[in-house]
Amino acid sequence: MEYTVLILLLPFLSFILTGLLGTRLKPAAAGLAGTAVTGAVTVLCYWTAAAYFSAGRYASGVFPTLIPWNTVWLPFGGSLHIDLGIMLDPISVMMLVVISTVSLMVHIYSFGYMKGERGFQRYYSFLSLFTMSMLGLVLATNIFQMYIFWELVGVSSYLLIGFYYTKKEAVAASKKAFIVTRFADLGFLIGILIYGFYTGTFSFSPDAPALGAAKALLPVALGLMFIGGAGKSAMFPLHIWLPDAMEGPTPVSALIHAATMVVAGVYLVARMFPLFIGYAPEVLHVTAYVGAFTALYAAIVACVQSDIKRVLAFSTISQIGFMIVALGVCTSSDPHEGGLGYMASMFHLFTHAMFKALLFLGAGCIIHAVHSNEMSAMGGLRKYMPVTHITFLVACLSIAGIWPLSGFFSKDEILAACFSFSPWMGWIMTAIAGLTAFYMFRLYYCIFWGKENRELHAAHRPHEAPLTMTVPLMILAAITLVAGWIPFGEFVSSDGHAYRIHIDWTVAGISLCVAAAGIALATWMYLREDRTVADGLAVRFSGLHKAAYHRFYIDEIYQFITHRIIFACISTPVAWFDRHVVDGFMNLLAAVTNKVSWAIKGMQSGYIQRYSIWFLGGVLSIAIILMLI
Amino acid sequence: MNILSLFPAIPVLMMLGLWLSRNLRQIHAVMVTGASLLLGLAIALVFVYLGLRADGQTAEMLLTDSHVWYAPLNIHYAVGVDGISVAMLLLSAVIVFTGTFASWKMADGAKEFFMWFCLLSTGVFGFFISVDLFTMFMFYEVALIPMYLLIGVWGTGRKEYSAMKLTLMLMGGSALILIGILGIYYGAGATTMNITEIAALHNIPAEMQRIWFPIVFIGFGVLGALFPFHTWSPDGHASAPTAVSMLHAGVLMKLGGYGCFRIAMYLLPEAAQELSWIFIILTTISVVYGAFSACVQTDLKYINAYSSVSHCGLVLFAILMINTTAATGAVLQMLSHGLMTALFFALIGMIYGRTHTRDIRELSGLMKVMPFLSVCYVIAGLANLGLPGLSGFVAEMTIFNGAFMVQDTFHRVATIIACTSIVITAVYILRLIGKILYGTCTNPEHLKLTDATWDERLAVSVLIIAIAGLGLSPLWMSDMISDSIIPLISHILN
Amino acid sequence: MIHMEYYLIVSTIMMFVGIYGFLTRRNLLAMLISVELILNSVDINFVVFNRFLFPGQLEGFFFSLFAIGISAAETAVAIAIIINIYRNMKNIQVRNLDKMKW
Repeated sequence: MEYTVLILLLPFLSFILTGLLGTRLKPAAAGLAGTAVTGAVTVLCYWTAAAYFSAGRYASGVFPTLIPWNTVWLPFGGSLHIDLGIMLDPISVMMLVVISTVSLMVHIYSFGYMKGERGFQRYYSFLSLFTMSMLGLVLATNIFQMYIFWELVGVSSYLLIGFYYTKKEAVAASKKAFIVTRFADLGFLIGILIYGFYTGTFSFSPDAPALGAAKALLPVALGLMFIGGAGKSAMFPLHIWLPDAMEGPTPVSALIHAATMVVAGVYLVARMFPLFIGYAPEVLHVTAYVGAFTALYAAIVACVQSDIKRVLAFSTISQIGFMIVALGVCTSSDPHEGGLGYMASMFHLFTHAMFKALLFLGAGCIIHAVHSNEMSAMGGLRKYMPVTHITFLVACLSIAGIWPLSGFFSKDEILAACFSFSPWMGWIMTAIAGLTAFYMFRLYYCIFWGKENRELHAAHRPHEAPLTMTVPLMILAAITLVAGWIPFGEFVSSDGHAYRIHIDWTVAGISLCVAAAGIALATWMYLREDRTVADGLAVRFSGLHKAAYHRFYIDEIYQFITHRIIFACISTPVAWFDRHVVDGFMNLLAAVTNKVSWAIKGMQSGYIQRYSIWFLGGVLSIAIILMLI
Repeated sequence: MNILSLFPAIPVLMMLGLWLSRNLRQIHAVMVTGASLLLGLAIALVFVYLGLRADGQTAEMLLTDSHVWYAPLNIHYAVGVDGISVAMLLLSAVIVFTGTFASWKMADGAKEFFMWFCLLSTGVFGFFISVDLFTMFMFYEVALIPMYLLIGVWGTGRKEYSAMKLTLMLMGGSALILIGILGIYYGAGATTMNITEIAALHNIPAEMQRIWFPIVFIGFGVLGALFPFHTWSPDGHASAPTAVSMLHAGVLMKLGGYGCFRIAMYLLPEAAQELSWIFIILTTISVVYGAFSACVQTDLKYINAYSSVSHCGLVLFAILMINTTAATGAVLQMLSHGLMTALFFALIGMIYGRTHTRDIRELSGLMKVMPFLSVCYVIAGLANLGLPGLSGFVAEMTIFNGAFMVQDTFHRVATIIACTSIVITAVYILRLIGKILYGTCTNPEHLKLTDATWDERLAVSVLIIAIAGLGLSPLWMSDMISDSIIPLISHILN
Repeated sequence: MIHMEYYLIVSTIMMFVGIYGFLTRRNLLAMLISVELILNSVDINFVVFNRFLFPGQLEGFFFSLFAIGISAAETAVAIAIIINIYRNMKNIQVRNLDKMKW
């Protein structure tokens, strides 16, 4: 399967080519080149997936872990070295499918969405860079390669968020995204250093003696790595960059900030899952609590946001919280006994990538039509954009967890895993699932039903998006419709053995009821033109509403820490100290030298008689000294 | 004649050529020929060196040559290279080459400027090929003195003050070095000034080492921007003309790290092990302190100068860890920082040449006005904050991994503190990029500016190719360096 | 016979008068005259020591003649300098001659 190298090389070449040629290339040519390459990569990925899963299992019943290509990139002396390579195992192959699919959809979609934008070539070049980095991340053979591509996705995300670089908010958002994730990556890096030092390798599966030696510090290392993952996956309190990242072009949000890059943290935990389970189950459970809190927090905030991309961003945070919870509640690597969450998490990652990409692309169509992100500019759009409306509805139903859409199946597995971990975890997550249904349908009604902004729509009649934009929507909607029926457990499970998904109808029933209740509530509150109930509630709980609208002031806290503490209390004094104390000391030294020289130069009076007195005095005193001795 | 002697000889011949040339064209011709020759020679040297190693030459120094210069004091003109110096020579050649193009538009006193520039290069090249303490010191001085004139005459801003400060502080450092060298010479029994021979004798008493080690280390540390002896760097760089900044930050600051390793640590191993903790504290402060200072600066060159303090601090930090990996990382960092910072100074020079300001509050939206320079600036910034695929990442990761291999709490804590610099670096780099490149251009004067010309494009592209080359396939360079580091480190350790 | 001490006393007095004059006079010419006094006292010493301690030898005489010659030349140079100074500054008071200080 050496051809898998092409999966990385093709987008890389496309990035270099379109990047170097830049505006010398016609926009359409750059777009076509990028899309063609992504198409080829998608074909390769599907081919790889088919070949991999059809090649069959080992006699032990697990899929083989293939490393078709691996090379030493940078040796560190001793047994440590960074390798670059390609590793195929069930989750990486699954990710290949997800990334290539969404990436291809976004490439096609961007033709319509970005049409006529300045920097079209740059956009496609960055998309290629991102695709390459993300694929490299999931194909990594070792933790350091993962870190390398981790940084690369970070920077491509930075470049794409700041695509509209003349817009102040976009620049600030890109900066914030990079710095927050960089901060988290510091944890990741230190985790890797500890891991590498104590196990003597960067590979994902060190041999048993090495692990035994590293036992004491493995939880620390894994915990630190999770900080890195939490940064990329926008876990509380490192989530603040993701809502702002919506300043980027919408297809980018769909690709990077909904479907692929933000699940890197989940993928990381899944990748290290055997070690988490074996050596640091407590840390794994901590991640579950972090995930659950994040899911709850984000769901609450999503209920009151008015910018549709922000709603989707918080919904993404919340859903990633679900995935992390699912991983975190695992208590063993046997899917039948406490290891179900692993499969559920990966399954949800898969389905979520599809329907969230669909939601974002749909949102992109809407923004394209009304030229605003605010709900107030929308309402009643179902008449104008039927395709977007239907596909959006499909995605909303799916994320709400309605049978038989894909979201139902994956969320059901997650809830089942949570219930088997502890009942209250199950109930909390079920409640959050209900909230999810509520805020998604609030969004849906506010966009497509509810009070129409007639003045705006009269001035600029919303229109359905062009075919390049609607076709990806339809494809993704189709996937969302059927993906639930994929026997996911056959491919991915915590111990690698085939696992038959069976639906626990008590859990499913509860979650369906809760979801239905959420949808019903949203319908009651937001379907009609006047929103007396919603507005009344907002006034009644104005404090809570305001706090939630301002995302519970987490951003302000960060703002305070960075500006008031780091800049004002560390950097400025340090710079002052440098100029005035350290440098001042040097200047003082120079000044003292100067002063002393001024003081003693009076002796060089130029009066020959004074010199001769000194001379005479000297001669006499020497004579006297000599005589006395 | 030894191939190595060509390195200092070519710049001398270039000076002769410059002296004879009568117009700007001829000056350019001489400079381009000479700089290309040097670059070609450096690349050839890499191949020759690797070839010799592949043939099984295991001597510590290859291509050695020695001529008696002043017999009573055992001063020889002794040359020789190992992997570290080959890497440094390559770096210097690249920077001299690009520096030539970066100062292409120099018109006032171009002849004298380039003559001093060549003299500076002579010193730099001579320093890296020398294996004799005295010769090394002499070339070091040769590299320092022209700096005074280059900054004082062709500089900008408070140039006299900066030139004076820089020269005096570095001269102070070199006074310490001279004392240290004499200490080593007499401590080793006063029979040789050759570094390898002194190391082989290994007979300097520990109590003497304890005196000379801090002296030599601080002496070279001043040049390597060791806290708190770094303050010449921001002022000096801010006032220096572009090519001089490039050569100074790119190569001269590396003389500090190189000297600290080759003389202070290698010749005084016992003291190095015993006293390294003091300097680890100082360098850790350097690393974080430089980064924090850079966060609030408003002058482009000051930002870069403080960033250099931080990155060069990392070089010294790594060599003090006394293990192969970290020391390899240190040399990689010297290379990487040399290239990056030269690129930065070149770009700043080009931007300043157009806008006549380096104050980031007065610059904005340059991306639209000069896309080529801005994109290169972004690349330089990303290299600086350690993006994989560019050289900074390779160097930093090697350093951190190496430093982490030292197994005690003190070193670990220092390493983790040093690691935080990658976050702070991201803060100031992105702040800078966001302020000056992004956004809309508010100054109507700036809208009329033009993008890079061919000479500038050439200089910048060569540097970027070098940075990306080192970042994408670090293996050969890392192997070449670590092969030479291993004997040095094992010598220091026992 | 006049004792050697008398000569020496004379020369010592001349010497100190010369030194005193050199230190206290503010006029360059007077200072030059004082220097001449010092030199002449030394000449006297040479001659006296030769005459009394090493009779029959002539080095002391030669040396003093030599010194006289030198001092004549020196005086000529000094006066030339003083005249030049006077031409430039209209003044030969030492206190005012600090143009070359520092």
